[in-house]
Amino acid sequence: MQRSLYIDPGKCTGCLQCEMACSFENEGVFNPAKSRIKVFTFHDEGRFVPYTCTQCDEAWCMAACPVDAITMNRDTGAMEVSDATCVGCKVCTIACPFGTVNYNQDSGKVIKCDLCGGDPACAKACPTEAITYVDADATGLDKMRAWAAKTDNAAAAASA
Amino acid sequence: MSWAKKVLRVNLTEGRISDEPLNMEWAADYIGQRGLGTRYLVEETDPKCEPLGPDNKLIFATGPLTGTPVSTGGRYSVITKSPLTGAVACSNSGGFIGAELKSAGWDMIIVEGKAKSPVMLRIVNDQAELVPADDLWGKSVWEADKLIHEKYQDPQIRIAAVGRSAEAGCLYSAIINDLHRAAGRSGVGAVMASKNLKAVAVRGSRGVGNIKDPARFMQAVAEHKKVLADNAVTGQGLPALGTQVLMNVINEIGALPTNNMREVQFADANKISGEAMKEPRESDGKPNLTTNAACFGCTIACGRISTIDRTHFTIENKPQYWGNSGGLEYEAAWAMGADTGVGDLDAVTYANFVCNEDGMDPISFGATVAAAMELFEMGAITTKETGGMELKFGSAEALAWCADQVATGEGFGKDLGLGSKRLCEKYGHPELSMTVKGQEFPAYDPRGIQGMGLTYATSNRGACHLRSYTVASEVLGIPEKTDPLVTDGKAGLVKAFQDATAAVDSMGICVFTTFAWTLENMAPQLDAACDGDWSVERLAEAGERIWNLERDYNMKAGLTGADDNLPPRLLKEAAKTGPAKGKVNGLDEMLPEYYSLRGWTKDGQLTAKVREKFALPA
Repeated sequence: MQRSLYIDPGKCTGCLQCEMACSFENEGVFNPAKSRIKVFTFHDEGRFVPYTCTQCDEAWCMAACPVDAITMNRDTGAMEVSDATCVGCKVCTIACPFGTVNYNQDSGKVIKCDLCGGDPACAKACPTEAITYVDADATGLDKMRAWAAKTDNAAAAASA
Repeated sequence: MSWAKKVLRVNLTEGRISDEPLNMEWAADYIGQRGLGTRYLVEETDPKCEPLGPDNKLIFATGPLTGTPVSTGGRYSVITKSPLTGAVACSNSGGFIGAELKSAGWDMIIVEGKAKSPVMLRIVNDQAELVPADDLWGKSVWEADKLIHEKYQDPQIRIAAVGRSAEAGCLYSAIINDLHRAAGRSGVGAVMASKNLKAVAVRGSRGVGNIKDPARFMQAVAEHKKVLADNAVTGQGLPALGTQVLMNVINEIGALPTNNMREVQFADANKISGEAMKEPRESDGKPNLTTNAACFGCTIACGRISTIDRTHFTIENKPQYWGNSGGLEYEAAWAMGADTGVGDLDAVTYANFVCNEDGMDPISFGATVAAAMELFEMGAITTKETGGMELKFGSAEALAWCADQVATGEGFGKDLGLGSKRLCEKYGHPELSMTVKGQEFPAYDPRGIQGMGLTYATSNRGACHLRSYTVASEVLGIPEKTDPLVTDGKAGLVKAFQDATAAVDSMGICVFTTFAWTLENMAPQLDAACDGDWSVERLAEAGERIWNLERDYNMKAGLTGADDNLPPRLLKEAAKTGPAKGKVNGLDEMLPEYYSLRGWTKDGQLTAKVREKFALPA
C-alpha cells in the first residue's frame, strides 16, 4: 500500500518542527532554509500552511529532466532525485507547477521531498497532526469523517 | 557543541563590525543567553554607566538550544542596563529571529556606542553591515518591518525593531521581533533607540548542527515533546486558551489586581478572559481569537492570533488594524484590562496591537495608565494635563487614547512614557506607584499569593513574575501544591524557582515548558546536544551562579537591600474581597529567611563566601 503526506493547514501552528526534521534528515543540520517542506504564514489572515511535493504520477519534473535524474520509487511512489546523475540545470524547478523542486546552492543539485524513503520525518515531528502520512487512496478520509459527523446532526440533536 | 561559538561585535560609534570566538570558559559556567549575556555585560560595562548613554551595551544572546528542535528552542534575550530600573535588564523573547541568528552562525550580538544617525544592522550569514536607516526612523515597527522586506525583496528576513515610543524615550519601550513577539520588559527598546539603532534584520541559511550525540539527542527531543503533549497545562490549557487560561482562575482566588491594585478582584474579568476571546461577537459572528500560534520550534503554541471587531470605535476608521495580529496574553489583558478597570475586550486588544506596533511593554504601560487613573481620580492629574481626556477607571476611550499617545510620545504620552514610579513622583504621590525598583507589577496580587511578594521584592530586574513563578506551586500545584495565603516555606520556594528559572532562561528554551518539565527533563536534552557533561546539579548550580551575578551587578550599580521592598499598599492595605480578604503581604516574614538561604548578609549583600563558591568576577 502506498501512502501520501496529507496536510491539514487548520491544525498547523507554524512551529517549523517539520522544517527542522526535514533538513536534519536530509542535510544533517537543523536548517529551515534547506527544508523540502515549507510552512507559509499568512499573517493578516492568521493562517499557517505547510506545503511540499505531492509526488505527481505524471511528474512534470521527471518529464523535464534531460538526464533522467528523477525517477519514481516503486515502493513509496516518491519522485526521487539521483544526486549522482543530477547536473543542476534547474529545468525541473521551472517545469514543476507547484514550486516544490528547488536548487541547493551548496551542493549544486536540486532537492525535493522523497518521503524519506517511506518514513517521512516531517510527519513524525509535527506536534499537531497537521502533517500525517496516510493511505494514498484515502487522503480525504478525515475530511469526509468531519462532514459525515455534521450530516443530519439536526435530526440527531432532535432525538437526543 | 550546539553553540555557534561566535560573537558579532558592532561598534556604532566607529561604524566597525568584527567577529570573535565565544568565550567557552564562561559558557561552561553560564550556559548561554541570559547567563552568558550577563557575564559579558558585567565584564565589559561599568554598572554605574548611564543606561541611555553610549557606554551602556546592548547584547542580543541566544542559548545553546536556540535553533534546535528541542521544544520551544527559539528563544533569545536582550541584556543591558535598564533605564527604567537602573538594574540589569534581561528581556526574553520568542518568535523566529533568535533561531535565525543562530542559523546565520552567531550566538550573540554585542552592540556598543552610539551611531551618529539612524542605522539598521543587516546580517546575512557571516556577512554583517550597518545600513543607513533615516527612512525607517519615525516609523512604527510594523511599517519598518514592511519597508525592510520590500527593500531587500526577501520575505524570509527576520526583523527586530524599535517603534516610535522608543524613539520618543518611553522608559518601558520594548524591542519587537517578528511583528508581535517582544523582548518586552525594563525598557530595552529605549536603550536600542538611544544608540540610533532602529532595527536588526537577519537571514540565516547555514543551520544549526554539530550536535554532540545526534541519535541520543533526537530521541530525547521526541521523548520530551511527548511529556509536554501529555501534560494538561502545556498539552491542553495553553494551546486552547493561551496564558489567558489564568484570567478567571486568578480572579476567583482573589489575586487579580484591579484599579491600580486597590482591589484584588475584577467584576468584568470574564469579559476579557481567554474564554471570552472564543465567544462569537454580534457584528460578524467571529470570535476575537482566530487561532493559536507557535514560536520557533514550540510544540505548546500558546500564542494568540486575534482580530478586533471592525465596528469597534477604536478601529472603525483604521483599516490597518482590520487584519489578524498578535492577540492578548494574560499579563497584557490584566494590565490594560483589570488594572485599569476596562472590561472592553476590543479596546484592550486594540491597546495590545498598539503596544506591538510601536513597541511598548503592555504590563508597564497598563500599570502606568492605572496609576494615572488613580491620580486623576484624586485630582492630582486633571484635564489640563491630558488636554481634555478624562482618565477614569473603566474608560475604554481613555485606554485607547493613552496607547496612541505613548506610541508616538505626543502630549501627555510623554508623562505616561516615564512609567508609574516617575509619573507618581512627578504628580506628588510616589506611594501610588505599584512598582519594585521602578518596574511595574505583573498580574498576581501578592496579598492573595504570598510567595509572589517575595518574588517581586527580590527580582533582579524589578517587579516581575518570570523570575520565580511560584504561582505554579501556590495556585496550580506544580511541582507540588503550597498554600498561597501563608508565608511559611516561601523563601525556599522562591529561591528554588529563581535558580532553576535562571538556568532555563540561559539554554534557549521557554520558561513555559516548566509547567511540565523540570531540570530533569532539560538536562538530558542539553547534554546530548552540547559539549561537556550537563547534569541537573550542574544546571542548578549555574542557575544560582547567574542569580548571584545579576545581584552583584545591581549592588555595584548602587542598589541595596532596601530596594527589596513592596509599595505600602501591599504591606498595609488588606485585600477587601475573596479568599485573601483581610490579608496583606508578609514580606518581612520571608525576606530575612531568604537572605539567609542565599548566604547573603542581613542587608542583602553578597558575602565573600558566596563570591568564592561561584567564582564571581571581582
